[in-house]
Amino acid sequence: MVETVASIPLAVHESLTIQKRRIQNGKNQTRLSLVTGTHGDELEGQYLAYMIGSFMDAHMDRLNGIIDIYPALNPMGIDSITRGIPMFDLDMNRVFPGTKRGTMVEVICSSIVDDLSGSDVCIDVHSSNIFLKEIPQVRISVPTAKTLVPYAKMLNVDFVWIHDAATVLESTLAHTLNSRGTKTLVVEMGVGMRITKEYCQQLFDGVLNLMKELGMWKGETSPVREPIISEGHKVGFVNSDAAGIFVPCASFGDTVKQGDHIGDVIDPLTSKVVERALAVCDGMIFTLREYPVVYGGSLLARILQPVGGEKS
Amino acid sequence: MKKKILFSLKSPYREQLDVIGFRFGHGRKSLAIVGAMRGNEVQQMYVCSRMVQALKKLESEGKIADDAEILVVPCVNYYSMNIGKRFWAMDNTDINRMFPGYDLGETTQRIADGVFSKFQGYEYGIQLASFYQPGIFLPHVKMMDTGFTDPEIMKDFGLEFGIVRKPRPYDTTTLNYNWQIWETKAFSVYANATDEIDVKAADEAVNAILRFMDNRGIVTSKTPPGYITEIIDEDMTKQIQSEAAGLFFRVTEIGKTVEHGDVLGRIYDPLDGELVAEIRTPVSGTVYFAYNSPLINAKTVCFKVIK
Repeated sequence: MVETVASIPLAVHESLTIQKRRIQNGKNQTRLSLVTGTHGDELEGQYLAYMIGSFMDAHMDRLNGIIDIYPALNPMGIDSITRGIPMFDLDMNRVFPGTKRGTMVEVICSSIVDDLSGSDVCIDVHSSNIFLKEIPQVRISVPTAKTLVPYAKMLNVDFVWIHDAATVLESTLAHTLNSRGTKTLVVEMGVGMRITKEYCQQLFDGVLNLMKELGMWKGETSPVREPIISEGHKVGFVNSDAAGIFVPCASFGDTVKQGDHIGDVIDPLTSKVVERALAVCDGMIFTLREYPVVYGGSLLARILQPVGGEKS
Repeated sequence: MKKKILFSLKSPYREQLDVIGFRFGHGRKSLAIVGAMRGNEVQQMYVCSRMVQALKKLESEGKIADDAEILVVPCVNYYSMNIGKRFWAMDNTDINRMFPGYDLGETTQRIADGVFSKFQGYEYGIQLASFYQPGIFLPHVKMMDTGFTDPEIMKDFGLEFGIVRKPRPYDTTTLNYNWQIWETKAFSVYANATDEIDVKAADEAVNAILRFMDNRGIVTSKTPPGYITEIIDEDMTKQIQSEAAGLFFRVTEIGKTVEHGDVLGRIYDPLDGELVAEIRTPVSGTVYFAYNSPLINAKTVCFKVIK
């Protein structure tokens, strides 16, 4: 059943409508919500939403609970290849919980939060942006880690990144829902503007496993991988100091040693290498730049150090 | 006056970005004035350029206090201005959401860090601000309530209203907020327009800043008499939403005193021209913000009224 979460008339003969699909079977009222499409350039969640919905359609008898799928919180952004909401300055994921008395976007965010609140678990699926590729991971802030890490481990991701809380992140959907008692996990995977089918399949297996653990799924599940939890690890950041074109020579997922050559920043005009990018620590490359043009400061890679590893 | 490069950034394909600052006087770091951080903040840059002219004249006349240094930075982000973008062209990030910045971080974090290191240490900071919605403002001064800055100081600008805003989480990465955390008394001056020049509003903003500097003993300057500023809490202003969508026509002026029930705007169906909504004010007061785009969506904040 497709339901309207929010609908607001636009200037000329059209409405901005946020929709969800409810899939329900059995007497169990446990509710899992899958939300995605907050950023219009992040598309991995679109395929995942399709996979979950079509699989449930084909195996409805094994579902015992409620799945709500919200494929596009920012439909105009997806439709126009725009990360934010077109004609609105603020990132949608900095406007939650919204308010009924504010701007159009704030009103929409308020309706979304009202609709999602009360879910037993919510999975908020993001891709990376167009610049970086990420391994499937769950990101959790320190204050919610104790509650959420057990659920994150069920999701078949490679990595659970527990990060410090920041005031600016208090206006995210995940923070809003977690502070209202709806357990919300933020997934990041893949790269912007693309679909990585193997990652979608990996998370799909994790969602089924989570549903099984929640008592919502009576069918078969695949074994899930044990993620690396960031506690005890450090993350090394490799940023460009020069401007030019980044050409990597390491691959995504590679294990590197401190000082290893990761790639070059080149100048096409002078034909010079303007910077040799080196690993800042030992570890696994879990983020790698996809978009070649870089300025000083552009992130080239993130490296997850082994436990006890020290950055020089 | 000394013209200096405050921060530079190399680009792969363009000339180096050089953020220019103009320093006047010497001694105690008294006031920093910052203009455009977004590519469409033309009015904000213009007001700062007018301040450079005014301060050059005051300096030549010996009217800057003996122990006072003033920094004016008309434009941080001219890279975006030159290509018609509001935010940083590469990744669409907003430099004014990156403060205090990070010298080892992403590009706009590095820009924020680079310029913030030069904006710090001043007793007062003034940012020429723009709003995230298309609209026009009654010139006013605003500050964030962090507990550091005394709102009464806003009276020295002599603008009609001084508004105190309770910071929201997304405000905590703005220049204004971080200035206060680093102990600069910070204010945002709104000079009506953004991507076009409103000379009258710019005159008012320049006079307000000069009046502030005169009242604070930074310069000696004669300006036209200002208002007795009314200090109000932003929560006490009334936001009025459009209940319909279509073509928007404003029928009131900024600064006008309106009575409960007065019509402020009308919305017409864009295809058949029928009147679909009249926007009436539910309170009496002064209109200080008006939406100014011809197309309007429903649930758009189209007027703000100071009760």
